[in-house]
Amino acid sequence: MMDAPPLLAMHRIGKSFPGVRALDGVDFDLRAGEVHVLLGENGAGKSTLMKILSGAYRPDEGTIHLAGEPQRIASPQHAQALGISTIYQEFNLVPHLPVSANISLGREPRHAGFLLDRRAMRKKAETALRELEVAIDPDSPISALGVAEQQMVEVAKALSLDARILVMDEPTSALTETEIANLFAIVRRLRDRGVGVVYISHRMEEIFEIGDRVTVLRDGRHVATRELGTVTVRELVRDMADRELTEHFPRETVEPGAPLLEVRGLTTRTKLRDVSFALRRGEILGLAGLLGSGRTELARALFGADPLQDGEVRVHGRPCRFRSPREAIQAGIALLPEDRRQLGLVLPLSIKRNVSLPNTHRVYPRGLLRKTEERRLAEECVTGLRVKTPHIEQATANLSGGNQQKVVLGKWLARQSDIFIFDEPTRGIDIGAKVEIYRLMNRLTREGAGILMISSEMPEVLGMSDRVLVMREGRLVGEFNRANATQEAVLGAALGTTP
Amino acid sequence: MNWKNLILHHGRQLGTLAGLLLLCLALTIATPYFLTVSNLLTVLEQVSINAIVAVGMTVVIITAGIDLSVGSILAFAGVVMATVLQREVPVPLAIGIGLAVGLGCGLTNGLLITLGRLPPFIATLGMMSIARGGALLFTNGRPVSGFSDGFRALATSQFLFIPMPTVIMLVVYLACHFLLTRTRFGLYAYAMGGNEQATHLSGINVRRHKTLVYGLCGLTSAIAAVILTARLNSAQPIAGMMYELDAIAATVIGGASLMGGQGTLIGTLIGALLMGVLRNGLNLLEVSSFLQQVIIGTVIIVAVLVDMGLKAQKK
Repeated sequence: MMDAPPLLAMHRIGKSFPGVRALDGVDFDLRAGEVHVLLGENGAGKSTLMKILSGAYRPDEGTIHLAGEPQRIASPQHAQALGISTIYQEFNLVPHLPVSANISLGREPRHAGFLLDRRAMRKKAETALRELEVAIDPDSPISALGVAEQQMVEVAKALSLDARILVMDEPTSALTETEIANLFAIVRRLRDRGVGVVYISHRMEEIFEIGDRVTVLRDGRHVATRELGTVTVRELVRDMADRELTEHFPRETVEPGAPLLEVRGLTTRTKLRDVSFALRRGEILGLAGLLGSGRTELARALFGADPLQDGEVRVHGRPCRFRSPREAIQAGIALLPEDRRQLGLVLPLSIKRNVSLPNTHRVYPRGLLRKTEERRLAEECVTGLRVKTPHIEQATANLSGGNQQKVVLGKWLARQSDIFIFDEPTRGIDIGAKVEIYRLMNRLTREGAGILMISSEMPEVLGMSDRVLVMREGRLVGEFNRANATQEAVLGAALGTTP
Repeated sequence: MNWKNLILHHGRQLGTLAGLLLLCLALTIATPYFLTVSNLLTVLEQVSINAIVAVGMTVVIITAGIDLSVGSILAFAGVVMATVLQREVPVPLAIGIGLAVGLGCGLTNGLLITLGRLPPFIATLGMMSIARGGALLFTNGRPVSGFSDGFRALATSQFLFIPMPTVIMLVVYLACHFLLTRTRFGLYAYAMGGNEQATHLSGINVRRHKTLVYGLCGLTSAIAAVILTARLNSAQPIAGMMYELDAIAATVIGGASLMGGQGTLIGTLIGALLMGVLRNGLNLLEVSSFLQQVIIGTVIIVAVLVDMGLKAQKK
């Protein structure tokens, strides 16, 4: 046993957001000179925990000790001063500034208090880069560097801050094999110098290669902390997935009818590779996969928001090639996007006007507003979907997440669409509203619609889907029916650990 | 409509209106020349040109854009129309050509912004210079003066004792208010300004409608050009300098947000009147024109500060 207190000890950390308990009494500790992997499904609480560590969020409860000293981390600047550096998936680099300026940003060496000391800046960058043994020109602008090099600059920046704790969030997601090997060599060097590294990743092979210990989170709770030398992949997958299906999923299955949407060999320039499937009337087709597996890209491609490179889409048996969402909507497709506030609603506008937006052929016949029809559609949405609001003139910005989602759904119900793409339909929605959304999905399938449901919540995928498709790295890698879709099987396919 | 609804939905305009009435009250007390029929009609006539330019500007600002070229388009459309008028072309046709020039410049702005993906500030900054240069080239820098009485009647005649420019202004406001509140074009303008991506994903052809919005702005500038030319009996290639700033000021005082998604023509009309009354009052009080600029700038800033304060309080 070690006598010295650990570098970091987070004890019984709790954090709630409206409608969601993101973290519930989580313990996490980090020793000097170890790589501690943080593992869990999307939404398990990994990012929230790390945002608390890096000062971006304040915990509601719990304590944080750094080297035995209790600390309240007040802000990202404070975290940095305490020696905690975080490298997010989206880098915090200024593209047009040179590497040296980025490394010193906010702590520029100066002459006489205000003149930039460019030589010192350059020297600092050179030292940090040399320590990493990477050949990057400190004068090169960030925008001229590749992703892997930018990552190295982030690491160099963290080093120049004298970081004792380094948090890396999915650092390899955009790197090639050789770049990953280089990164790992650097991580090991940092570890050997006594830096504690928190490493967030989904990739099983990597975890075993780089990690010393692993902590698994699930639903905002701490499940287990294990030594990576002794644990097996199977055990880890079970830690991540195993839970009782206590939440309520009122799925009523409907005898599936004719195919509504048939996709063959769908490929896009950016992500999708040879995706084929069919969606039938009365069916909920679950689409599982990790963040970045290509699910949202599939939804956008089907909806005509991103161009196809290759492949065939048939709607009601007719081949279609949508060049814009407008054409997809006319064919009967509706998209409920993942990010309701950015993509689903025009927040400053009222419920009434948001519902009118895709229904102008009804609200503005011959180009002129029919107020009665406008009001009727909005009232139908509010009463039919039980949107909690004082009136239909309410700006959608003022609604709760669940009610916003209902308004997005209401837009498409009024359009009488029959192919619904739900992207994370219940993210950030409280449990009561969730069940209501599930009931509405039942109603849609009963009325003959088909639903493609993208979800990162495993219980939701298993509880509501008639069939489950699994995506990984832009491809469909598994298909399960209600009988053989288990958490372990689906998660295993998503992680790529199934034989 | 009951009072509660009126205050709920039009609180911002009522606030500006209250400011306007207070200003009128103060001027009535301060000078005997303000509250006379002839003076008020003069104010309405003077305001009409800025108010019409501000119509197009309001619609553009609702879509979260900006149009810096309105003054230059006004000058360019004016000199083209004036030149055609002097060739003995029928008046309606000459006016039609002038309006087409404005519309064309506006649509060009729109295409540069939608197809060319230029920021509105840059595209219209370029057009500001191009249209101004065009007006100077077209006339060799000289004004084009002297028109038939028929054409000048557009500015000098009256309708029910109301000066014709004011009548035209009211017609433009009514038509565009209708466009904004009763047609899908209006709905799309607010939607694009509020959230362009969500609007696109709702199946709306954002490019087409945004292009049309800039076209409309060019058109209203050209309408203002017709009135100005008739009023001065002369079209000047240097007309309309700084008009973009007056139009933006009227729009913003009227409650539109430069962030987009908000704004009404009723508010803009009140904003334009407020600025007109203020100028008129300061003239009547014989305040120097140098000090007037300081006062008007202050009013713009105070109006927006008060508005932001009220909005923050609401949240």
